[in-house]
Amino acid sequence: MVAYALRRLGQSFLVLVAMSLLVFVGVYAIGNPVELLVNPQADAIERARATAALGLDKPLAEQFLVFLRGALHADLGHSFVYNVPAIQLVLQRLPATLELAFCATVLAIALGIPLGLVAGLRPKSLVGRTIMAGSILGFSLPTFWVGLVLIMVFSVELGWLPPNGRGETVLLFGVPVSFLTVDGLKHLAMPALNLALFKLALLIRLTRAGAREALLQDYVRFARAKGLSASRVIGVHVLKNILIPIVTVIGLELGSVIAFAIVTESIFAWPGTGKLLIDSINQLDRPVIVAYLMVIVLIFVVINFAVDVLYSLLDPRVRLGGATAGAH
Amino acid sequence: MLRILRAAIVVVAALAATAAGAKDVAIGLQAAITSMDPHYHNLSPNNSLLQHVFEALILRDPQGKLMPGLATSWRPIDNLTWEFKLRQNVKFHDGSPFTADDVVFTLKRVPNVPNSPSSFATFTKPIVDIKVIDPYTIQFKTAEPHVLLPSDMASVAIVSKKNGEGATTADYNSGKAAIGTGPYEFVEYVPNSRIVLKANPGYWGGKQPWDTVTFKILSNSAARVAALLSGDVQMIETVPTSDIANLSHDKRFHLASTVTNRVIYVHLNQSTEGPPPFVTAKDGSALQKNPFRDSRVRKALSIAINRDAIDQRIMEGMAVPASQMLPDGFPGTSKNLKPPKYDPDAARKLLAEAGYPNGFALTIFGPNNRYINDAKIAQAIAQFYSRIGVDAKVETMPSSVYFTKATKLEFGYMLLGWGTESMEQGSGLRSLLATHDPAHGMGVNNRGRYSNPEFDKVLTEALETMDDAKRYAMIAHAAEIVFNDTGLIPIHYEKSTWGTAAGYHYAARADQYTLAMDLKPSR
Repeated sequence: MVAYALRRLGQSFLVLVAMSLLVFVGVYAIGNPVELLVNPQADAIERARATAALGLDKPLAEQFLVFLRGALHADLGHSFVYNVPAIQLVLQRLPATLELAFCATVLAIALGIPLGLVAGLRPKSLVGRTIMAGSILGFSLPTFWVGLVLIMVFSVELGWLPPNGRGETVLLFGVPVSFLTVDGLKHLAMPALNLALFKLALLIRLTRAGAREALLQDYVRFARAKGLSASRVIGVHVLKNILIPIVTVIGLELGSVIAFAIVTESIFAWPGTGKLLIDSINQLDRPVIVAYLMVIVLIFVVINFAVDVLYSLLDPRVRLGGATAGAH
Repeated sequence: MLRILRAAIVVVAALAATAAGAKDVAIGLQAAITSMDPHYHNLSPNNSLLQHVFEALILRDPQGKLMPGLATSWRPIDNLTWEFKLRQNVKFHDGSPFTADDVVFTLKRVPNVPNSPSSFATFTKPIVDIKVIDPYTIQFKTAEPHVLLPSDMASVAIVSKKNGEGATTADYNSGKAAIGTGPYEFVEYVPNSRIVLKANPGYWGGKQPWDTVTFKILSNSAARVAALLSGDVQMIETVPTSDIANLSHDKRFHLASTVTNRVIYVHLNQSTEGPPPFVTAKDGSALQKNPFRDSRVRKALSIAINRDAIDQRIMEGMAVPASQMLPDGFPGTSKNLKPPKYDPDAARKLLAEAGYPNGFALTIFGPNNRYINDAKIAQAIAQFYSRIGVDAKVETMPSSVYFTKATKLEFGYMLLGWGTESMEQGSGLRSLLATHDPAHGMGVNNRGRYSNPEFDKVLTEALETMDDAKRYAMIAHAAEIVFNDTGLIPIHYEKSTWGTAAGYHYAARADQYTLAMDLKPSR
């Protein structure tokens, strides 16, 4: 287990270095940040000063070495635009994005798995058909459009929910969260639902397909024949066995929700990292882009690790760590 | 029934909003504010917002005219000296008095802000010596005659010496050092999310109509409009052109718009003897020479554009056809210059005279996220050119990619924009049309590399003339020379539009700034 974790760690470190090199070369190829940052009315001397102040006058290789040296000391550089440590800018906004992503995922799980089970158990009924038709909508409607419709209905027409921003926050273990206040929940409801919609549809379909397949298996028939109650058959024999693909997808999707909440964040002006990333790319604010991607890579690594651990809990046949497995 | 219910809810919500927050106002901004340090980043959105907290010696009215700020009067004593009389009995937000020492401190701080991506030193550099005559009189010496000094001083916010000594940009962002003399005081700054200000009770200019002002950053235009519609904010800037028709018919909202200091124009790359990049004969073979060096070709490409059609169809009336760098009436503009008249027949004739009876081929390059409808304008121009036998392709790209390449002159035909911050025509002519000589500050942004010795001579002479009336007449004359020669192709001046809820009135500003000071309750 420990060796396994260490090997994972080593791999992720290589990924981080490769990724930062890619970003450096990429931003360099796109354009010169000074062109965008410096006031157009400035003269040549001012341009040269700004270029030197941002460290962009050095050759690319040297800039990358300076960055690596800083990174080893936990310094990912200062934002070109805001002149604050890039990692601080990302971490300040991460709680908002994580909160949004987790709420959306919880919403998707809490609604998706039960609805999917119902649709799987009663595929021919009106309820089952309605759920499946609804899931098609969830798949096919574009996020930005649904977001705007939500705002038009609940904010503009009905005036029930605020159209943008994050509500009042309270500190939970030192992290500002908004889901514990009424104002915060009001602000959270629409963006979370908007973000959850696609995952919800995905989970409904996965659960339904898994349930339908499992219901035909011999062990389910056998359990029924044995006279077990319907709830035990569904809850233990069906659900537990179809959970592995679902957990995989939830894990993957959680990562992508965190990394790609951008559309929802910009429509609801949610002060999260997605919006920060888009702004930084538009401004070629390289330190922030690198810091953001490093954090995201780290999150993906952690989630994948957690998913692997969950597998072994759900399915006793799965063992972590390859060769060292025999030691267990 | 549902409709009545809904209407009732809207009315109740509106009443509740007016009753509870009559003195508070929220404003939706398009662009992020990158710092609360007034000397860190010379960027319009920052400069606009920070005017609430900090003031310059000289302020500008909505039309861009200079008016007394922390200085009550200013005059040149000789060609190299300006004297400013400072306003007395002005207090900073912490109660300390404003004197000449604060001005000296500010001018010393401006060029020394660490890591500034765009410094204000451009405005303070001409000053080589500062002399404090008494606490309320100060003299600035320049090495060369510098006629734009008052206009430069309108761009430099005065900070307090007492609170600013040793303060970093972070201290301004946290509010610790964000102490100015302006009508509003710092309350909260959350980068990329919101800025909260409260009224300064001791403001020298009198009481402000709002107790607190909350600026929300709503970059997405649909989200910004939705925030206005739902009553979450009472004013938004930069109403998208597609929503203008809807909002203008809705009694619950007001629109305020004005023509601005931003001109959209085309630079034609004349840097090479031979053909510029992406300009060829129609069959793709190389042209003999650079067609853009011929004044007739430049004029043909200008009069082939139907500016009225662009402004009505693409800009939905939110632009005015342009003839020079600034709209009529701004200092240094010429009344004799009119927007080039659309005339494809004359354009074809001019091309034939210049030796291109069958036209040629070019690619129009432009940004797609910088100016209002920039990509659509480029496409419209391409269609107009097909009518005069010029095959035009269009290639637009994000500004992060575009401007680097444009500065390297990798394009032949470039769609660009220019906002004249000094609000007079001289600085634009100097930067965009004077012969490229960055070491002397001439033609710094002349991406067309247009060069006309006669024009350079008149302009240089004009820029050294201290007398305002005489200088502006000479600048107008220089403008006539360069625009009759089509040094660049002006397309239109952008209009800016602000949307307010009914009951609020905004005095639209030519510099595109969004100021709570100019937002008033209409009753």
